[in-house]
Amino acid sequence: MSEFASGSLTGKNLHLSFGSNHVLRGIDLHVEKGTTASVIGPSGSGKSTLLRVMNRLIEPDQGDILLDGRSVLKDNPDELRQRIGMVFQQFNLFPHKTVVDNVSLALRKLRKLPAEQARAEALEQLDLVGLKHKADARPANLSGGQQQRVAIARALAMKPEVMFFDEATSALDPELVKGVLALMADLAKGGMTMVVVTHEMGFSRNVSDTVTFMDGGVVVESGPPEQIFTNPRTERLQGFLADVL
Amino acid sequence: MDALDQLVKTFFDWEAMAAVLPNMIMVGLPNTLILAVSSGVLGCILGMVLAVMGTSRITALRWLSRIYTDIFRGVPAIVVILLIGIGLGPVVRELTGSTNPFPLGILALTLMASAYIGEIFRSGIQSVEKGQLEASRALGFSYGDSMRLVVIPQGIRRVLPALVNQFISLIKDSSLIYLLGLLASQREIFRIGNDAAANTGNLSPLIAAAFMYLILTVPLTHLVNYIDNRLRTGRPEKRQPDDAAALIGKGAQP
Repeated sequence: MSEFASGSLTGKNLHLSFGSNHVLRGIDLHVEKGTTASVIGPSGSGKSTLLRVMNRLIEPDQGDILLDGRSVLKDNPDELRQRIGMVFQQFNLFPHKTVVDNVSLALRKLRKLPAEQARAEALEQLDLVGLKHKADARPANLSGGQQQRVAIARALAMKPEVMFFDEATSALDPELVKGVLALMADLAKGGMTMVVVTHEMGFSRNVSDTVTFMDGGVVVESGPPEQIFTNPRTERLQGFLADVL
Repeated sequence: MDALDQLVKTFFDWEAMAAVLPNMIMVGLPNTLILAVSSGVLGCILGMVLAVMGTSRITALRWLSRIYTDIFRGVPAIVVILLIGIGLGPVVRELTGSTNPFPLGILALTLMASAYIGEIFRSGIQSVEKGQLEASRALGFSYGDSMRLVVIPQGIRRVLPALVNQFISLIKDSSLIYLLGLLASQREIFRIGNDAAANTGNLSPLIAAAFMYLILTVPLTHLVNYIDNRLRTGRPEKRQPDDAAALIGKGAQP
């Protein structure tokens, strides 16, 4: 049973170059509906870029992206991104708007909901992340952890089919990480399809259904977490795990 | 003491000032404000167009904005006003039958102000973190909507002080419009002061004009400081208990 109208997501043979820098060299990633895929790997391995290619913030040079089994490369990219929520390392809340306006902005301007209805839905989302009481505060007056929960509420408000998390806890003070990770785990449990780029090996191991290890723009190894963490087959993954664990 | 009397008489002849003041307030002030406010508003609109072009992903638009800005920032105001005001005068007369120099004067001021304002807006827009545009696009907003709803509003806030400075400079530059030849009712503050000074052979009316400009510009410079402070602290200027304590030395204690 799922709380979300989530869908499956597939990236096929994705390539991307910035000039002579070949950032993605043929990435395949499949996330079943309602499951969580975590992507791990050293910095510069192309993890964050992969997320941006999969929601077409950056257009791939080659390859295909399928949402619920259908290619979305020919769709309007703005409409595709309305179906995929994204949470950033630096939160990227809009500082000139209140918390509730951050969450309701897309509802008003893209979903064209009337102001009161958009606000009501935004408050509902804020309630889910435990921050309804901060609705009329400015993002700058919130802690990092609260800001990131608002960012999650902002993404969820659009009722996305898939959620992307780009190192969502990396910029947080250690004591604030737990709350955000717990929220992410709740979403995963609730049946949201999620792609989580993370350095939190505990989360990757305990919450995700599949783990993908990237290095140098390729998928080096992927599989269920037990296999990746207890029985890594490649030397590169063994080396990486030795470094981070 | 004669020399000193002479100086006082030249600059601070109260009677000469009082004589020119009614005209300066009733005629000069409104005309100066018409010139400065309308070219300020139009300059902001054109400046925003230039800033959006200047930050566009399309190279040709960036170049166009660049060339325009270089020209109108690089040429002295007096040259632009004479070229536009006198050069286009006959065309306007032909088309509309009007000989009023204000529209062309406003046009000249607008063209110059927009070059500066465009640069001000551009620097504001470019100072907004890349993540803001990215977050907005990730929500599903188009590039145009993202700029309009998220990036530009933040950019403008950051450059409000510079914008007010530009408006101060417009108030002063509006005095150059006298070069286009003004009817008695079209004269602005400077021209009224200058005419009176020429007629009486005494500079006091120009001092009066200077005071009129200061009455307009000094509050604006303080507005700049107020906005600046408010932008930095994110709240209206309000003295915190600690600030008051600092004045009497308590704040120095740990």
